[in-house]
Amino acid sequence: MIFNIPFIAVVAMIFIGLYALLFKRNLVKMVIGIIIIESGVNLFLISLGYRWFGENGGVVPIFTNAPSEVVNNAPQSMVLPVPQALTLTSIVIGVAVLALMLTLVMHIYKHYGTLDVRKIRRLKE
Amino acid sequence: MSEMSKIVRTISNIIFPFIMIFGLYVIAHGHLTPGGGFQGGAVVASGCVLLIVAYGSIWVFDRIGIGKLSVFESTGAVGFIGLAFLGLILAGIFFKNFLVGSNIIFGNIPQTLSTDSNFNTAGVLPLMNFAVGVKVIAGLFVIVLVMAFASCSKEWKK
Amino acid sequence: MSIRTIVAAVTFTILAMFFVFTALYLSFGVPKATQMDDYIILNTQKETGTNNGVTSVVFDFRGFDTLGEATILFAAVSGVIMIFRRLKK
Repeated sequence: MIFNIPFIAVVAMIFIGLYALLFKRNLVKMVIGIIIIESGVNLFLISLGYRWFGENGGVVPIFTNAPSEVVNNAPQSMVLPVPQALTLTSIVIGVAVLALMLTLVMHIYKHYGTLDVRKIRRLKE
Repeated sequence: MSEMSKIVRTISNIIFPFIMIFGLYVIAHGHLTPGGGFQGGAVVASGCVLLIVAYGSIWVFDRIGIGKLSVFESTGAVGFIGLAFLGLILAGIFFKNFLVGSNIIFGNIPQTLSTDSNFNTAGVLPLMNFAVGVKVIAGLFVIVLVMAFASCSKEWKK
Repeated sequence: MSIRTIVAAVTFTILAMFFVFTALYLSFGVPKATQMDDYIILNTQKETGTNNGVTSVVFDFRGFDTLGEATILFAAVSGVIMIFRRLKK
């Protein structure tokens, strides 16, 4: 019934981000395009580890206050835990790259006075 | 950035302790419920950014120096690596969980496939959660504070 | 329409065909290799002592990746402070 909807959403997000990165002339809009691509890749990484079970789907792999029918069929009713750990690391790396990108955009605006990509071409003195 | 009106300052005074307590709860119970160091650190850093927005970045920057926040972040990083090296010294393997099964602190082991939750479990994991949480709080707060202060200095207004 | 727009449109169409073919070919919800994750779920409470499977993977089974991630956060914060140092006289 769901039929691969998360993967089609990932393709849509990557194409929206690529369009914003290639066809816009403002520096801040290009930074937003890079962030949308990175969010799409995170969604792809976390939807690779899903597992169907019964009528409600898989559950997060935590044993505290879990219902009894989840604990009795222990590995088959839980989602894979390793892709979630890798996605956590990827989100933190995205935050670090975004902070450095915005700092460099602020310095370019202070030096040139404009944010248009076609006017920032030479090393001005 | 300049400060906001009196209503905004009063409400952010009231709601900031609740945000901080919720964030510290998410950090401290990282081995029992969903959460952990990175998630709880992001919650507390959002509460601190609320203070920057309500009171103005110049006022906050004059009260809290960058030097103290740098010491705060370095403590978190050194604590995380120190716990890894303690595993190498005391038990012979880098990053070994040397507090599971011993009776110094955090030493119980839950039974297999049990659904009880005991705070006294999970070895060296709660200490690592605290170190990473402190590091993330200080790091995100310093990034937002430096950017907000530098965008309103005298050289930008042309 | 200029040459640049036509070349961009053709490249986008070819790339979209590759991406959509991959998205429809993958099977959602039936992972193929699950032996490592089944071992981790069954032995979390005995070897690590915690009820949370995700935290035990982040800090105990793969703790070296978390060390690299903490280093990246530290490098980003120190880079931001270093670039803005000239404004605070």
